[in-house]
Amino acid sequence: MNVDRVRIDAGAARWRWRAMGLALSCIGVAAQAQPAGASPTRSLAATCAACHGTDGRAAAGHAMPALAGLARERIAAELRAFREGSRAGTVMPQIAKGYSDAQIDALAAYFSGVPAGSAP
Amino acid sequence: MRRRVAVQGLLSGGALAALGACAAPAGVPASARVVVIGAGYGGATAAKYVRLLSEGTIEVIVIEPQPAFVSCPMSNLVVAGMRSLDDITRSYDGLRRRHGVTVVQDAATSIDLQGKQVTLARGARIRYDKLVLAPGVELMFDAVPGLAQAQAEGQVLQAWKAGPETEALARQLRAMRDGGVFAIAIPEAPYRCPPGPYERASVVAAYLKQHKPRSKVLILDANPDVVSKPGLFRKAWSDLYPGLVEYRPLHKAVAVDARAMSVKLELGDEVKADVLNVLPPMRAGALAVRAGLANANQRWCRVDYASFASVLAKDVHIVGDSILAAPSMPKSAHMANAHAKVAAAAIVAELAGGPVDAHPMLTNTCYSFVSDSEAIHVASVHEYVAAEQTFKSVPGSGGVSSARSTTEAAYALGWAANIWADTLG
Repeated sequence: MNVDRVRIDAGAARWRWRAMGLALSCIGVAAQAQPAGASPTRSLAATCAACHGTDGRAAAGHAMPALAGLARERIAAELRAFREGSRAGTVMPQIAKGYSDAQIDALAAYFSGVPAGSAP
Repeated sequence: MRRRVAVQGLLSGGALAALGACAAPAGVPASARVVVIGAGYGGATAAKYVRLLSEGTIEVIVIEPQPAFVSCPMSNLVVAGMRSLDDITRSYDGLRRRHGVTVVQDAATSIDLQGKQVTLARGARIRYDKLVLAPGVELMFDAVPGLAQAQAEGQVLQAWKAGPETEALARQLRAMRDGGVFAIAIPEAPYRCPPGPYERASVVAAYLKQHKPRSKVLILDANPDVVSKPGLFRKAWSDLYPGLVEYRPLHKAVAVDARAMSVKLELGDEVKADVLNVLPPMRAGALAVRAGLANANQRWCRVDYASFASVLAKDVHIVGDSILAAPSMPKSAHMANAHAKVAAAAIVAELAGGPVDAHPMLTNTCYSFVSDSEAIHVASVHEYVAAEQTFKSVPGSGGVSSARSTTEAAYALGWAANIWADTLG
């Protein structure tokens, strides 16, 4: 299952970069700083968005932390700590147990690559 | 007629021209258009994510009769006087301005599934390449004789779609005498928002405890036990509202008498109340039923869970409460938001000729307030299992609160702010 996902992600990532390349050659600006296009990794990250904001940009002033722009190692370590039970919490220990190592690494890579910011 | 012209002008102009030479960077045909019916949690999220994931190359038109988004989650706080309707109302301007979605305030009256077009109440017809149907639920008033009339007279309300009726129920509660009975009748599952009726009972009890302590909340449940978070709700009732909340399982409402303000139960007895909040059985939104898409027991729409495509109609995706849910998948706002993202990704991929994600995931978290300051949750993670063509809970994941807390109340408010922004912002 994990192997499948990684393979599929890699295939779709190529598709996404192709799409982005065309978009950049056309528009030239704007798109560079933002996540662009569709990919299984972005869809996986979107499963976090209802609580942590679209692309990890959480609403300011609330309890849930923004994930956008955090260090990759930190995101991965915290998700694993929730999953293994070494970090306490309310919802996150239950949610983190639903994600594989490969998915946690993909999420960490994705959110670390999004410029920090908060929801509008 | 003038309105019709204006709508059609709106639909054929603007959005496409703005794309200019970059209309199809990801292989999306320049004329690709997605029409979304219903701008609740499912429809609004689908609209936003089709725009995001297609980098604005797919035109998205949303049809929604209401002028603004009013959240069902948190609406029980309005019933109990802890929040105002304004607090849970959000504009569609974010979809319009930040995401280039065309939001048309009108009702869709019919769908031509073969000709791939939607007809609106004011007469406009809109063609689609892909349709997202997010009509929510229809309350089946006819299943409870007397209820339709009692509702039309404003005597027995539901307030199960947030809006003016939420405020009307709040007024009934405020007007109730001390020593009165607030009765809520719950239909057999599945219905919209499994914990919602129990949350409502809890926050109404909190209001009564403070303002009318001789009163009572009576829960008449058609189900054999509390459908969601049973241990946590029961503990809240016995700890916080001893003698104030009475729970009766297997008490199915079968008729309502508006003049007597009574509800008749399947077991034969009749219960009188000062405020009667009878929730009838529910099914997929009326438009889905009329279009023949509610093919599960004539109530819910079967979908291919990998993409939320209707199993009956090509290029129609159905999300939110109106679908036949996969095992352990609640009819919740969070789940509708999650369905919509999977559907949006599939739609963008299909229109671009790219691969559809073979392993979509869904998360769900439902917070419920049990008082004005404490909340509880249920959470789950669901993965698509291709071999079984359904979503299943990931083994070992998910669960409920260890105890009610003020911390979870803060998270509940944070959840609302974030999901509103993710859905609309």
